Amino acid sequence: MKTEEVANLTERHLKAGDGLISILEDIQGKHGYLPEEALREVAEQTGRSLVDIYGVATFYRAFSLTPRGRHLIAVCSGTACHVRGGPRVIKEIEQQLGISAGETTPDREFTLETVACLGACALGPVVVIDGHYLTKVETTKVKGIIEQARKGLDKVEVKGDERVFPIEVSCPRCNHSLIRSDVLLDGIPAIRVTVAFDHKHGWLSISSLYGSYTVSSKHHIPEDTIVDFFCPHCHAELLGGTMCPECGAPMVPMIVRGGGIVQICSRRGCKGHMLDISGTNL
Amino acid sequence: MINLTINGLPVSVEEGSTLLEAAQFLGFPIPTLCHMEGLTPYGACRLCVVEIGEGKRSKLVTSCTYPAEEGLKVRTASARVVRARKMIIELLLASCPQSKTIQDIAAAHDVRQQRFKQEYEDCILCGLCVRMCEEQMMAKAIGFRGRGEKRSIGTPFDVKSDACRFCGGCMYVCPVVELRCTYNEPEKAICGACANLSPPCLEKEQFDDMMCYMDPCVACEIKTD
Ligand code: FES
Ligand code: FES
Repeated sequence: MKTEEVANLTERHLKAGDGLISILEDIQGKHGYLPEEALREVAEQTGRSLVDIYGVATFYRAFSLTPRGRHLIAVCSGTACHVRGGPRVIKEIEQQLGISAGETTPDREFTLETVACLGACALGPVVVIDGHYLTKVETTKVKGIIEQARKGLDKVEVKGDERVFPIEVSCPRCNHSLIRSDVLLDGIPAIRVTVAFDHKHGWLSISSLYGSYTVSSKHHIPEDTIVDFFCPHCHAELLGGTMCPECGAPMVPMIVRGGGIVQICSRRGCKGHMLDISGTNL
Repeated sequence: MINLTINGLPVSVEEGSTLLEAAQFLGFPIPTLCHMEGLTPYGACRLCVVEIGEGKRSKLVTSCTYPAEEGLKVRTASARVVRARKMIIELLLASCPQSKTIQDIAAAHDVRQQRFKQEYEDCILCGLCVRMCEEQMMAKAIGFRGRGEKRSIGTPFDVKSDACRFCGGCMYVCPVVELRCTYNEPEKAICGACANLSPPCLEKEQFDDMMCYMDPCVACEIKTD
Protein backbone atom coordinates (compact mmCIF):
# COMPACT_ATOMS: atom_id res chain seq x y z
CA MET A 1 0.00 0.00 0.00
CA LYS A 2 1.31 3.40 -0.96
CA THR A 3 1.83 5.81 1.85
CA GLU A 4 0.18 8.64 -0.11
CA GLU A 5 -2.86 6.47 -0.57
CA VAL A 6 -3.14 6.03 3.19
CA ALA A 7 -2.45 9.70 3.72
CA ASN A 8 -5.24 10.74 1.34
CA LEU A 9 -7.65 8.30 2.80
CA THR A 10 -6.87 9.42 6.33
CA GLU A 11 -7.23 13.04 5.39
CA ARG A 12 -10.60 12.38 3.82
CA HIS A 13 -11.83 10.70 6.97
CA LEU A 14 -10.45 13.37 9.23
CA LYS A 15 -12.23 16.05 7.19
CA ALA A 16 -15.46 14.15 7.50
CA GLY A 17 -14.93 14.09 11.26
CA ASP A 18 -14.60 10.30 11.33
CA GLY A 19 -12.80 8.45 14.05
CA LEU A 20 -9.87 6.09 13.96
CA ILE A 21 -11.96 3.00 13.48
CA SER A 22 -13.46 4.16 10.18
CA ILE A 23 -9.97 4.86 8.89
CA LEU A 24 -8.74 1.42 9.88
CA GLU A 25 -11.87 -0.20 8.46
CA ASP A 26 -11.23 1.49 5.16
CA ILE A 27 -7.64 0.29 4.98
CA GLN A 28 -8.65 -3.19 6.01
CA GLY A 29 -11.40 -3.19 3.36
CA LYS A 30 -8.98 -2.22 0.62
CA HIS A 31 -6.14 -4.54 1.53
CA GLY A 32 -7.67 -7.30 3.52
CA TYR A 33 -5.36 -6.48 6.40
CA LEU A 34 -3.59 -3.60 8.13
CA PRO A 35 -0.01 -3.31 6.90
CA GLU A 36 2.55 -1.96 9.33
CA GLU A 37 3.48 1.06 7.18
CA ALA A 38 -0.17 1.96 6.86
CA LEU A 39 -0.58 2.07 10.63
CA ARG A 40 2.54 4.18 10.98
CA GLU A 41 1.19 6.57 8.37
CA VAL A 42 -2.16 6.79 10.12
CA ALA A 43 -0.33 7.60 13.35
CA GLU A 44 1.53 10.37 11.59
CA GLN A 45 -1.55 11.84 9.94
CA THR A 46 -3.84 11.72 12.94
CA GLY A 47 -1.20 12.87 15.37
CA ARG A 48 -1.94 9.94 17.65
CA SER A 49 0.74 7.74 18.98
CA LEU A 50 1.36 4.40 17.36
CA VAL A 51 0.65 2.45 20.57
CA ASP A 52 -2.92 3.72 20.64
CA ILE A 53 -3.52 2.78 17.05
CA TYR A 54 -1.86 -0.57 17.48
CA GLY A 55 -3.93 -1.16 20.59
CA VAL A 56 -7.17 -0.52 18.70
CA ALA A 57 -6.04 -2.58 15.72
CA THR A 58 -5.24 -5.58 17.90
CA PHE A 59 -8.34 -5.20 20.08
CA TYR A 60 -10.99 -5.71 17.43
CA ARG A 61 -11.47 -9.02 15.69
CA ALA A 62 -12.49 -7.22 12.51
CA PHE A 63 -8.93 -6.05 12.02
CA SER A 64 -6.06 -8.27 11.03
CA LEU A 65 -2.39 -7.39 11.05
CA THR A 66 -1.35 -10.26 8.85
CA PRO A 67 -2.39 -10.73 5.23
CA ARG A 68 -5.46 -12.85 4.80
CA GLY A 69 -5.90 -15.67 2.33
CA ARG A 70 -7.84 -15.34 -0.92
CA HIS A 71 -10.69 -17.27 0.60
CA LEU A 72 -12.05 -16.52 4.02
CA ILE A 73 -13.71 -19.35 5.91
CA ALA A 74 -15.58 -18.34 9.03
CA VAL A 75 -16.99 -21.12 11.15
CA CYS A 76 -19.52 -20.31 13.81
CA SER A 77 -18.55 -21.39 17.29
CA GLY A 78 -21.52 -19.82 19.00
CA THR A 79 -23.44 -21.82 21.57
CA ALA A 80 -26.04 -23.26 19.21
CA CYS A 81 -23.53 -24.21 16.55
CA HIS A 82 -21.25 -25.62 19.22
CA VAL A 83 -23.81 -28.09 20.45
CA ARG A 84 -24.76 -28.94 16.90
CA GLY A 85 -21.25 -30.06 16.11
CA GLY A 86 -19.42 -26.85 15.22
CA PRO A 87 -16.16 -27.94 16.90
CA ARG A 88 -16.06 -31.09 14.76
CA VAL A 89 -16.45 -29.00 11.63
CA ILE A 90 -13.69 -26.65 12.74
CA LYS A 91 -11.41 -29.57 13.45
CA GLU A 92 -12.11 -31.14 10.09
CA ILE A 93 -11.38 -27.89 8.23
CA GLU A 94 -8.23 -27.43 10.27
CA GLN A 95 -7.10 -30.89 9.30
CA GLN A 96 -7.93 -30.43 5.64
CA LEU A 97 -6.09 -27.14 5.42
CA GLY A 98 -3.33 -27.99 7.83
CA ILE A 99 -3.74 -24.78 9.83
CA SER A 100 -5.49 -23.92 13.05
CA ALA A 101 -8.25 -21.39 13.50
CA GLY A 102 -7.06 -17.83 13.07
CA GLU A 103 -4.31 -18.78 10.66
CA THR A 104 -3.74 -18.52 6.94
CA THR A 105 -2.40 -21.31 4.76
CA PRO A 106 1.20 -20.75 3.62
CA ASP A 107 0.05 -20.45 0.00
CA ARG A 108 -2.26 -17.59 1.05
CA GLU A 109 -5.30 -19.40 -0.27
CA PHE A 110 -7.38 -19.85 2.86
CA THR A 111 -7.85 -18.04 6.12
CA LEU A 112 -9.79 -19.87 8.79
CA GLU A 113 -11.60 -17.96 11.48
CA THR A 114 -14.12 -18.71 14.15
CA VAL A 115 -16.91 -16.32 14.93
CA ALA A 116 -19.35 -16.24 17.80
CA CYS A 117 -22.86 -16.57 16.38
CA LEU A 118 -23.92 -15.47 12.94
CA GLY A 119 -27.54 -15.18 13.90
CA ALA A 120 -28.66 -18.29 12.06
CA CYS A 121 -28.56 -20.61 15.03
CA ALA A 122 -31.45 -22.81 13.92
CA LEU A 123 -29.47 -23.76 10.83
CA GLY A 124 -26.23 -24.55 12.61
CA PRO A 125 -23.44 -25.42 12.31
CA VAL A 126 -23.01 -22.43 10.05
CA VAL A 127 -19.95 -21.87 7.86
CA VAL A 128 -19.47 -18.70 5.85
CA ILE A 129 -17.08 -19.03 3.00
CA ASP A 130 -16.31 -16.03 0.83
CA GLY A 131 -19.61 -14.50 1.83
CA HIS A 132 -21.69 -17.61 1.09
CA TYR A 133 -23.66 -18.94 4.02
CA LEU A 134 -23.59 -22.71 4.30
CA THR A 135 -25.90 -24.24 6.84
CA LYS A 136 -26.14 -27.58 8.61
CA VAL A 137 -22.60 -28.34 7.59
CA GLU A 138 -21.37 -31.85 8.28
CA THR A 139 -17.79 -32.97 8.51
CA THR A 140 -18.22 -35.12 5.41
CA LYS A 141 -19.10 -32.05 3.36
CA VAL A 142 -16.01 -30.10 4.34
CA LYS A 143 -13.80 -31.49 1.64
CA GLY A 144 -16.27 -30.63 -1.09
CA ILE A 145 -16.73 -27.13 0.26
CA ILE A 146 -13.02 -26.44 0.22
CA GLU A 147 -12.76 -27.79 -3.32
CA GLN A 148 -15.59 -25.56 -4.44
CA ALA A 149 -14.03 -22.53 -2.82
CA ARG A 150 -10.76 -23.24 -4.56
CA LYS A 151 -12.55 -23.24 -7.90
CA GLY A 152 -14.20 -20.00 -6.94
CA LEU A 153 -17.69 -19.96 -5.56
CA ASP A 154 -18.42 -16.57 -7.01
CA LYS A 155 -17.40 -17.26 -10.57
CA VAL A 156 -19.46 -20.37 -10.93
CA GLU A 157 -22.58 -18.47 -10.16
CA VAL A 158 -22.42 -15.03 -11.60
CA LYS A 159 -21.69 -16.18 -15.11
CA GLY A 160 -23.89 -19.22 -15.41
CA ASP A 161 -26.91 -18.05 -13.51
CA GLU A 162 -29.66 -17.17 -15.94
CA ARG A 163 -32.62 -18.31 -13.97
CA VAL A 164 -35.56 -15.93 -13.69
CA PHE A 165 -37.98 -16.28 -10.79
CA PRO A 166 -39.51 -13.99 -8.18
CA ILE A 167 -37.91 -13.83 -4.74
CA GLU A 168 -39.16 -12.31 -1.54
CA VAL A 169 -36.49 -10.54 0.44
CA SER A 170 -36.13 -8.92 3.83
CA CYS A 171 -33.57 -6.77 5.62
CA PRO A 172 -30.69 -8.81 7.10
CA ARG A 173 -30.70 -6.58 10.17
CA CYS A 174 -34.32 -6.15 11.21
CA ASN A 175 -35.87 -8.88 9.06
CA HIS A 176 -38.67 -6.57 7.89
CA SER A 177 -39.86 -7.42 4.40
CA LEU A 178 -38.43 -5.17 1.73
CA ILE A 179 -41.25 -5.95 -0.69
CA ARG A 180 -43.85 -3.24 -1.23
CA SER A 181 -47.11 -4.56 -2.60
CA ASP A 182 -48.16 -1.13 -3.84
CA VAL A 183 -45.07 -0.66 -6.00
CA LEU A 184 -45.06 -2.79 -9.11
CA LEU A 185 -42.13 -3.53 -11.39
CA ASP A 186 -42.29 -6.19 -14.08
CA GLY A 187 -45.89 -6.50 -13.02
CA ILE A 188 -45.17 -7.85 -9.54
CA PRO A 189 -44.54 -6.20 -6.16
CA ALA A 190 -41.01 -4.77 -6.13
CA ILE A 191 -38.18 -4.49 -3.61
CA ARG A 192 -38.05 -1.02 -2.09
CA VAL A 193 -34.92 0.31 -0.37
CA THR A 194 -33.43 3.72 0.39
CA VAL A 195 -30.27 4.71 -1.42
CA ALA A 196 -27.72 7.44 -1.01
CA PHE A 197 -25.10 8.62 -3.46
CA ASP A 198 -23.40 11.85 -4.16
CA HIS A 199 -25.25 13.84 -1.45
CA LYS A 200 -28.53 12.60 -2.87
CA HIS A 201 -30.88 10.44 -0.91
CA GLY A 202 -34.09 8.75 -1.97
CA TRP A 203 -35.98 5.58 -2.71
CA LEU A 204 -35.04 2.88 -5.18
CA SER A 205 -37.26 0.10 -6.42
CA ILE A 206 -35.73 -3.08 -7.75
CA SER A 207 -37.65 -5.75 -9.57
CA SER A 208 -38.11 -8.75 -7.30
CA LEU A 209 -37.72 -11.00 -10.30
CA TYR A 210 -34.37 -12.70 -9.90
CA GLY A 211 -32.58 -12.29 -13.20
CA SER A 212 -34.40 -9.10 -14.15
CA TYR A 213 -32.55 -5.83 -13.84
CA THR A 214 -35.49 -3.45 -13.94
CA VAL A 215 -35.10 -0.59 -11.45
CA SER A 216 -36.65 2.79 -10.89
CA SER A 217 -35.56 5.48 -8.48
CA LYS A 218 -36.37 8.95 -7.20
CA HIS A 219 -33.13 10.46 -8.45
CA HIS A 220 -31.49 9.46 -11.67
CA ILE A 221 -28.47 7.34 -10.82
CA PRO A 222 -25.70 7.77 -13.39
CA GLU A 223 -24.09 4.60 -14.72
CA ASP A 224 -21.13 3.29 -12.73
CA THR A 225 -22.02 5.11 -9.51
CA ILE A 226 -21.61 3.03 -6.38
CA VAL A 227 -24.68 3.56 -4.22
CA ASP A 228 -25.16 2.97 -0.51
CA PHE A 229 -28.22 0.88 0.27
CA PHE A 230 -30.29 1.27 3.43
CA CYS A 231 -33.22 -0.57 4.92
CA PRO A 232 -36.31 1.68 4.83
CA HIS A 233 -37.47 0.24 8.17
CA CYS A 234 -34.47 0.14 10.46
CA HIS A 235 -32.26 2.44 8.36
CA ALA A 236 -29.32 0.11 8.74
CA GLU A 237 -26.91 0.13 5.85
CA LEU A 238 -27.17 -3.05 3.83
CA LEU A 239 -23.56 -4.05 3.73
CA GLY A 240 -22.13 -7.51 3.96
CA GLY A 241 -18.42 -7.22 3.38
CA THR A 242 -18.44 -9.19 0.14
CA MET A 243 -17.12 -7.56 -3.00
CA CYS A 244 -18.69 -7.93 -6.42
CA PRO A 245 -16.83 -10.59 -8.38
CA GLU A 246 -17.52 -8.62 -11.58
CA CYS A 247 -16.49 -5.10 -10.69
CA GLY A 248 -15.18 -5.08 -7.12
CA ALA A 249 -17.86 -2.80 -5.66
CA PRO A 250 -19.42 -3.82 -2.32
CA MET A 251 -22.27 -6.30 -2.54
CA VAL A 252 -25.63 -5.65 -0.90
CA PRO A 253 -27.03 -8.63 1.00
CA MET A 254 -30.71 -9.36 1.54
CA ILE A 255 -32.36 -12.34 3.22
CA VAL A 256 -34.47 -14.54 0.97
CA ARG A 257 -37.71 -15.69 2.49
CA GLY A 258 -37.50 -19.41 3.01
CA GLY A 259 -33.79 -19.40 3.81
CA GLY A 260 -30.79 -18.10 1.99
CA ILE A 261 -29.18 -14.86 1.00
CA VAL A 262 -29.19 -12.91 -2.24
CA GLN A 263 -26.52 -10.32 -2.91
CA ILE A 264 -26.56 -7.69 -5.61
CA CYS A 265 -23.83 -5.35 -6.74
CA SER A 266 -24.10 -1.79 -5.50
CA ARG A 267 -22.74 -0.33 -8.74
CA ARG A 268 -25.37 1.03 -11.11
CA GLY A 269 -25.29 -0.93 -14.33
CA CYS A 270 -23.25 -3.84 -12.98
CA LYS A 271 -25.10 -7.11 -13.18
CA GLY A 272 -23.11 -8.94 -10.50
CA HIS A 273 -25.30 -10.94 -8.18
CA MET A 274 -25.15 -14.08 -6.09
CA LEU A 275 -27.81 -16.32 -4.68
CA ASP A 276 -27.35 -18.79 -1.86
CA ILE A 277 -30.39 -20.74 -0.90
CA SER A 278 -29.21 -22.61 2.17
CA GLY A 279 -26.12 -23.76 0.41
CA THR A 280 -28.03 -25.55 -2.32
CA ASN A 281 -25.53 -24.53 -4.96
CA LEU A 282 -22.90 -26.81 -3.52
CA MET B 1 -14.80 19.75 51.58
CA ILE B 2 -16.51 16.40 51.72
CA ASN B 3 -17.33 14.68 54.99
CA LEU B 4 -17.36 10.95 55.30
CA THR B 5 -16.62 8.32 57.90
CA ILE B 6 -14.00 5.66 57.58
CA ASN B 7 -14.13 2.79 60.04
CA GLY B 8 -16.34 4.99 62.21
CA LEU B 9 -13.96 7.96 62.26
CA PRO B 10 -15.17 11.18 60.62
CA VAL B 11 -12.86 12.78 58.10
CA SER B 12 -13.23 15.64 55.66
CA VAL B 13 -11.29 15.63 52.43
CA GLU B 14 -11.13 17.84 49.40
CA GLU B 15 -13.54 17.25 46.59
CA GLY B 16 -12.12 14.85 44.05
CA SER B 17 -10.00 12.84 46.46
CA THR B 18 -10.31 9.10 46.38
CA LEU B 19 -11.30 6.85 49.25
CA LEU B 20 -7.73 5.57 49.31
CA GLU B 21 -6.37 9.05 49.92
CA ALA B 22 -8.95 9.67 52.63
CA ALA B 23 -8.03 6.39 54.35
CA GLN B 24 -4.34 7.13 54.07
CA PHE B 25 -4.95 10.53 55.65
CA LEU B 26 -6.36 8.76 58.69
CA GLY B 27 -3.61 6.20 58.59
CA PHE B 28 -5.66 3.14 57.76
CA PRO B 29 -3.52 0.79 55.76
CA ILE B 30 -4.93 -0.40 52.45
CA PRO B 31 -2.75 -2.65 50.31
CA THR B 32 -2.30 -1.50 46.73
CA LEU B 33 -0.50 -2.88 43.74
CA CYS B 34 -1.49 -0.99 40.61
CA HIS B 35 -1.70 2.36 42.35
CA MET B 36 1.15 4.82 42.37
CA GLU B 37 1.21 8.43 43.27
CA GLY B 38 1.67 10.59 40.22
CA LEU B 39 -0.07 8.18 37.90
CA THR B 40 -3.78 8.17 37.12
CA PRO B 41 -5.72 5.58 39.14
CA TYR B 42 -6.47 2.54 37.06
CA GLY B 43 -8.21 -0.02 39.25
CA ALA B 44 -6.63 -3.09 37.70
CA CYS B 45 -5.51 -5.22 40.62
CA ARG B 46 -8.59 -4.83 42.88
CA LEU B 47 -6.35 -5.28 45.90
CA CYS B 48 -7.46 -2.01 47.46
CA VAL B 49 -11.11 -3.04 47.89
CA VAL B 50 -13.12 -1.45 50.68
CA GLU B 51 -16.75 -1.81 51.65
CA ILE B 52 -19.10 1.13 51.34
CA GLY B 53 -22.70 1.61 52.37
CA GLU B 54 -24.58 -0.23 55.05
CA GLY B 55 -26.52 -3.40 55.58
CA LYS B 56 -27.85 -5.13 52.52
CA ARG B 57 -26.86 -2.41 50.15
CA SER B 58 -23.21 -2.39 51.06
CA LYS B 59 -20.80 -3.18 48.28
CA LEU B 60 -17.14 -3.60 47.52
CA VAL B 61 -15.39 -0.92 45.49
CA THR B 62 -11.77 -0.21 44.66
CA SER B 63 -10.69 2.62 46.90
CA CYS B 64 -7.99 3.87 44.52
CA THR B 65 -10.58 4.86 41.93
CA TYR B 66 -13.68 5.60 44.02
CA PRO B 67 -14.19 9.31 44.71
CA ALA B 68 -15.08 10.39 48.22
CA GLU B 69 -18.79 11.12 48.59
CA GLU B 70 -20.60 13.18 51.18
CA GLY B 71 -21.81 11.07 54.09
CA LEU B 72 -20.30 7.85 52.79
CA LYS B 73 -19.60 5.11 55.33
CA VAL B 74 -16.47 3.21 54.48
CA ARG B 75 -15.00 0.10 56.08
CA THR B 76 -11.48 -0.78 55.13
CA ALA B 77 -11.10 -4.04 57.01
CA SER B 78 -14.54 -5.63 57.43
CA ALA B 79 -14.79 -9.40 57.27
CA ARG B 80 -16.07 -9.15 53.72
CA VAL B 81 -13.20 -6.93 52.65
CA VAL B 82 -10.61 -9.19 54.20
CA ARG B 83 -12.12 -12.25 52.56
CA ALA B 84 -12.17 -10.57 49.15
CA ARG B 85 -8.65 -9.28 49.54
CA LYS B 86 -7.28 -12.68 50.46
CA MET B 87 -8.98 -14.18 47.44
CA ILE B 88 -7.40 -11.54 45.19
CA ILE B 89 -3.99 -12.22 46.68
CA GLU B 90 -4.46 -15.93 46.04
CA LEU B 91 -5.35 -15.22 42.44
CA LEU B 92 -2.34 -12.98 42.02
CA LEU B 93 -0.13 -15.68 43.53
CA ALA B 94 -1.64 -18.21 41.18
CA SER B 95 -0.70 -16.22 38.14
CA CYS B 96 2.60 -14.74 39.19
CA PRO B 97 4.16 -16.56 42.15
CA GLN B 98 7.70 -15.38 41.49
CA SER B 99 7.02 -11.71 42.15
CA LYS B 100 8.62 -10.49 45.33
CA THR B 101 6.05 -7.69 45.64
CA ILE B 102 3.16 -10.14 45.52
CA GLN B 103 4.88 -12.54 47.90
CA ASP B 104 5.35 -9.72 50.40
CA ILE B 105 1.71 -8.71 50.18
CA ALA B 106 0.66 -12.33 50.64
CA ALA B 107 2.88 -12.69 53.70
CA ALA B 108 1.53 -9.50 55.20
CA HIS B 109 -2.02 -10.79 54.84
CA ASP B 110 -1.31 -14.25 56.12
CA VAL B 111 -1.94 -15.97 52.82
CA ARG B 112 0.24 -19.08 52.86
CA GLN B 113 -1.08 -21.01 49.93
CA GLN B 114 -3.40 -20.63 47.00
CA ARG B 115 -6.04 -23.01 45.75
CA PHE B 116 -5.94 -22.40 42.02
CA LYS B 117 -4.14 -23.86 39.07
CA GLN B 118 -0.59 -22.61 39.31
CA GLU B 119 0.60 -20.52 36.40
CA TYR B 120 3.83 -18.72 35.87
CA GLU B 121 2.75 -15.57 34.13
CA ASP B 122 5.21 -12.79 33.53
CA CYS B 123 2.78 -9.95 33.67
CA ILE B 124 -0.31 -9.19 35.72
CA LEU B 125 -1.43 -6.36 33.41
CA CYS B 126 -1.46 -3.80 36.19
CA GLY B 127 -0.70 -1.14 33.62
CA LEU B 128 1.84 0.70 35.81
CA CYS B 129 4.49 0.67 33.10
CA VAL B 130 2.06 1.88 30.45
CA ARG B 131 0.98 4.80 32.61
CA MET B 132 4.54 5.54 33.66
CA CYS B 133 5.64 5.65 30.04
CA GLU B 134 2.79 7.89 29.00
CA GLU B 135 2.26 10.15 31.94
CA GLN B 136 5.64 10.63 33.51
CA MET B 137 8.02 9.99 30.66
CA MET B 138 5.71 11.44 27.98
CA ALA B 139 6.82 8.74 25.60
CA LYS B 140 3.91 6.40 24.89
CA ALA B 141 6.30 3.77 23.68
CA ILE B 142 4.47 0.81 25.19
CA GLY B 143 0.81 0.05 25.48
CA PHE B 144 -1.82 -2.63 25.81
CA ARG B 145 -2.36 -4.93 22.86
CA GLY B 146 -5.07 -7.43 22.07
CA ARG B 147 -7.81 -8.27 24.48
CA GLY B 148 -9.08 -10.94 26.81
CA GLU B 149 -6.73 -13.86 27.22
CA LYS B 150 -4.40 -12.45 24.61
CA ARG B 151 -3.99 -9.05 26.21
CA SER B 152 -0.37 -8.13 26.62
CA ILE B 153 1.88 -5.15 27.05
CA GLY B 154 4.62 -4.16 24.67
CA THR B 155 5.67 -1.96 21.82
CA PRO B 156 3.73 -1.86 18.55
CA PHE B 157 4.77 -4.73 16.26
CA ASP B 158 7.16 -5.95 18.95
CA VAL B 159 10.02 -3.94 17.59
CA LYS B 160 12.00 -1.23 19.28
CA SER B 161 9.87 1.89 19.43
CA ASP B 162 11.15 5.22 18.20
CA ALA B 163 9.38 6.86 21.09
CA CYS B 164 11.39 4.91 23.68
CA ARG B 165 14.25 6.77 25.29
CA PHE B 166 15.50 3.79 27.26
CA CYS B 167 14.63 5.45 30.53
CA GLY B 168 13.87 2.15 32.24
CA GLY B 169 10.89 3.68 34.05
CA CYS B 170 8.73 0.74 33.01
CA MET B 171 11.05 -1.71 34.72
CA TYR B 172 11.36 0.46 37.76
CA VAL B 173 7.63 0.45 38.47
CA CYS B 174 6.93 -3.13 37.46
CA PRO B 175 5.82 -5.19 40.48
CA VAL B 176 6.85 -8.42 38.79
CA VAL B 177 9.78 -7.00 36.86
CA GLU B 178 8.56 -8.36 33.60
CA LEU B 179 10.26 -5.86 31.39
CA ARG B 180 13.83 -6.79 31.95
CA CYS B 181 16.55 -4.75 30.45
CA THR B 182 17.03 -6.31 27.03
CA TYR B 183 20.25 -4.73 25.95
CA ASN B 184 21.35 -7.99 24.37
CA GLU B 185 18.38 -7.93 22.01
CA PRO B 186 18.49 -4.43 20.61
CA GLU B 187 15.88 -5.23 17.97
CA LYS B 188 13.13 -6.05 20.43
CA ALA B 189 14.35 -3.84 23.18
CA ILE B 190 12.07 -1.71 25.26
CA CYS B 191 14.95 -0.60 27.34
CA GLY B 192 17.49 -1.32 24.67
CA ALA B 193 20.49 0.02 26.45
CA CYS B 194 21.20 1.12 29.91
CA ALA B 195 21.75 4.76 30.46
CA ASN B 196 21.93 5.09 34.18
CA LEU B 197 24.35 7.46 35.64
CA SER B 198 26.82 4.95 36.91
CA PRO B 199 30.22 5.29 35.31
CA PRO B 200 30.15 2.67 32.53
CA CYS B 201 27.22 4.39 30.88
CA LEU B 202 28.40 7.92 31.26
CA GLU B 203 31.40 7.15 29.15
CA LYS B 204 29.32 6.05 26.22
CA GLU B 205 28.23 9.04 24.21
CA GLN B 206 25.16 7.41 22.68
CA PHE B 207 23.58 7.47 26.11
CA ASP B 208 23.97 11.20 26.50
CA ASP B 209 20.36 12.25 26.82
CA MET B 210 18.92 9.26 28.55
CA MET B 211 17.87 8.67 32.06
CA CYS B 212 17.57 5.35 33.73
CA TYR B 213 16.06 4.28 36.98
CA MET B 214 17.91 1.04 37.20
CA ASP B 215 20.72 1.34 39.59
CA PRO B 216 23.10 -0.31 39.70
CA CYS B 217 22.83 -1.74 36.23
CA VAL B 218 25.54 -3.30 34.19
CA ALA B 219 23.47 -4.35 31.22
CA CYS B 220 25.42 -2.08 28.93
CA GLU B 221 28.54 -3.97 29.91
CA ILE B 222 27.18 -7.29 28.71
CA LYS B 223 29.08 -8.32 25.64
CA THR B 224 27.05 -9.27 22.60
CA ASP B 225 28.62 -10.55 19.42
S1 FES C 1 -24.59 -20.02 17.19
FE1 FES C 1 -23.97 -20.26 15.16
S2 FES C 1 -25.28 -18.90 14.19
FE2 FES C 1 -25.83 -18.58 16.24
S1 FES D 1 -4.59 -0.38 43.79
FE1 FES D 1 -6.67 -0.04 43.54
S2 FES D 1 -7.15 -1.53 42.09
FE2 FES D 1 -5.03 -1.76 42.20
